[in-house]
Amino acid sequence: MTIPALTVTHLSRLFNVSAPWLNRVIERKPKAYLRAVDDISFSVPSGGCLSLVGESGCGKSTVARLVTGLYTPTNGQMQFANGKNGKPLAAQMIFQDPYASLNPRWRVFDIIAEPLRELKLRETDAEITERVGELLTTVGLAPRDGRKFPHEFSGGQRQRISIARALATEPEFLVCDEPTSALDVSVQAQILNLMRRLQDEMGLTYLFISHDMSVVRHMSDQIAVMYLGRIVEQAATEVLFANPKHPYTQLLLETIPNVTDPKRDREVQSGEVPSPMKPPSGCTFHPRCPQADARCAAERPEMQAYSDGSRVACHRVAETMAALAVPLVGERRLSA
Amino acid sequence: MTQTPMLDVRALRVEFPGRHGTVTALADISLTIQPGEILGVVGESGAGKSMTGLAVLGLLEPPGHVAGGEVWLNGRRIDTLSDHDMEKVRGREIGAIFQDPLTSLNPLFSVGKQLIETIRLHLPLNRTEARQRAIDLLAEVGIPGPETRVDHFPHQFSGGMRQRVVIALALAARPKLIIADEPTTALDVSIQAQITSLLRRLCKDNGTAVMLVTHDMGVIAETADRVAVMYAGRLVEIGPVADVIARPSHPYTRGLMGSIPTLGARVPRLQQIDGAMPRLDAIPQGCAFNPRCPQVMPRCRTERPHLHPSGSGQSACFLNQPAQESAA
Repeated sequence: MTIPALTVTHLSRLFNVSAPWLNRVIERKPKAYLRAVDDISFSVPSGGCLSLVGESGCGKSTVARLVTGLYTPTNGQMQFANGKNGKPLAAQMIFQDPYASLNPRWRVFDIIAEPLRELKLRETDAEITERVGELLTTVGLAPRDGRKFPHEFSGGQRQRISIARALATEPEFLVCDEPTSALDVSVQAQILNLMRRLQDEMGLTYLFISHDMSVVRHMSDQIAVMYLGRIVEQAATEVLFANPKHPYTQLLLETIPNVTDPKRDREVQSGEVPSPMKPPSGCTFHPRCPQADARCAAERPEMQAYSDGSRVACHRVAETMAALAVPLVGERRLSA
Repeated sequence: MTQTPMLDVRALRVEFPGRHGTVTALADISLTIQPGEILGVVGESGAGKSMTGLAVLGLLEPPGHVAGGEVWLNGRRIDTLSDHDMEKVRGREIGAIFQDPLTSLNPLFSVGKQLIETIRLHLPLNRTEARQRAIDLLAEVGIPGPETRVDHFPHQFSGGMRQRVVIALALAARPKLIIADEPTTALDVSIQAQITSLLRRLCKDNGTAVMLVTHDMGVIAETADRVAVMYAGRLVEIGPVADVIARPSHPYTRGLMGSIPTLGARVPRLQQIDGAMPRLDAIPQGCAFNPRCPQVMPRCRTERPHLHPSGSGQSACFLNQPAQESAA
């Protein structure tokens, strides 16, 4: 095992979604909190790619924003390993919507030069010009494209500009929040290939957020599946796809449309994601779970590590594994 | 064809006149859908797939208009009908499902009221019968507790349930053709699977023809019987879905299939099509795909290929045409 680039332990984030003070007093409403991220722990291997997957509202983007410091955590710690220069790794973020994340009134040159100027990474204008040209070339654009405005570019090219901007500060850790979900498939392939190439050339570590299982499978070494603010299963990509253990992971894999092997004659009855405002008791997945029993409704399952390197939070999996006498590796291993 | 197709589009052309000349949004679109068949229409944004659906529905935004070709619905020509007559066709004979289930429903009225209004507009039923029919429709699309849910408002439904209500609305008058424009794009995958299997079941049970417009090849693979691939306002390939996926004959379709990350074998690098689709006001001469095509020939730059039988389907590429076989 390589040293983790980022270790997250017992991370939680609550949002205050209470009614205004006057309404609470008059209508006697209690304060309300939304538990967007609920006690999650994971680590991202250095030079690797960990993906967080889940459906909308499961808290994956909140994790991205916590990791980059755009939100402060309510509880828990995040520890970045030291980078090449001995300081903690520099992290940068690529956002989902390339139309909203670039200032339409700035030229591309200024968009990419801003972090260089802000952090004083280059002294003179000539050095800045050279560096911006270099970054544009790295992401497959031409230095003269710097004179244009964002609206002159297509969605895929704009996402290249966002990547160039993120790379400007020479980060070693990139948080990518759905970087391709606003793009067409042929353009998505260009961006995914670019990201893989950059990873190989620069030794970048990715925390990749996506709802698309096939993209995640293509990009990542490790996958963590989230459901209603919790990680329900984490495993190496091949292990997870070959042998999904948690019923929710199985449901996710079952329902992805597959081009090469379509499952046409199925009748799916899988229910819907409950509101994160009122998460179900015990295991939050139990109302949709085909294997749920009374224990699942009452008791929250803890993360258990298994011998194939996967970690699963499910009573059924734990019981089955115990029956098969598969030795527990223990949760403590991760923090050690 | 032995049977009259439910929808028969012949050489459809849609133009948008503008200040800087006329933009041709669709050119030479010919396709048919049989009763009980699901035709998938796939393409990237701006390929004209939604435009095709809107042209059939007669809902093109002015100044866009049908500039050529014919649209036949069940043996009757509908593109020449007056607005007044077309209003009767929409809803009664062609149902429509759009992408965003929230904007397709009026937030101020209960779903029952909206369903009853639609039902009574098209069918000669009284209020009580129409209400019963609304409840039956909600049950048919799989909404639990339809007797109480019928009086709920759109905001009380989740995204997937709302899309079911929209489908119930489209089905209200038992149309023969449903045009579903990205019906699952706004939904999560596990909900998407529920909606596509619902569409398939309804299509099979009622013999409804469906035009399923989507950018997601996976949805097409799991739902459609035949697929039409569009590029820059033109059809490049049309054929049975399994054949188009397994043996795409047009270079664009091949590139498109190669660029989709699959759940099967893991590849180090995805195949990519370099460049981007041309803007509709700057479509290159000859084949619209020629600047991005890995197998481009001199002929492709001057002459436009037309749909031609190829394998079990049709494709618009000189590579697959007999005249080229001798040259190859």
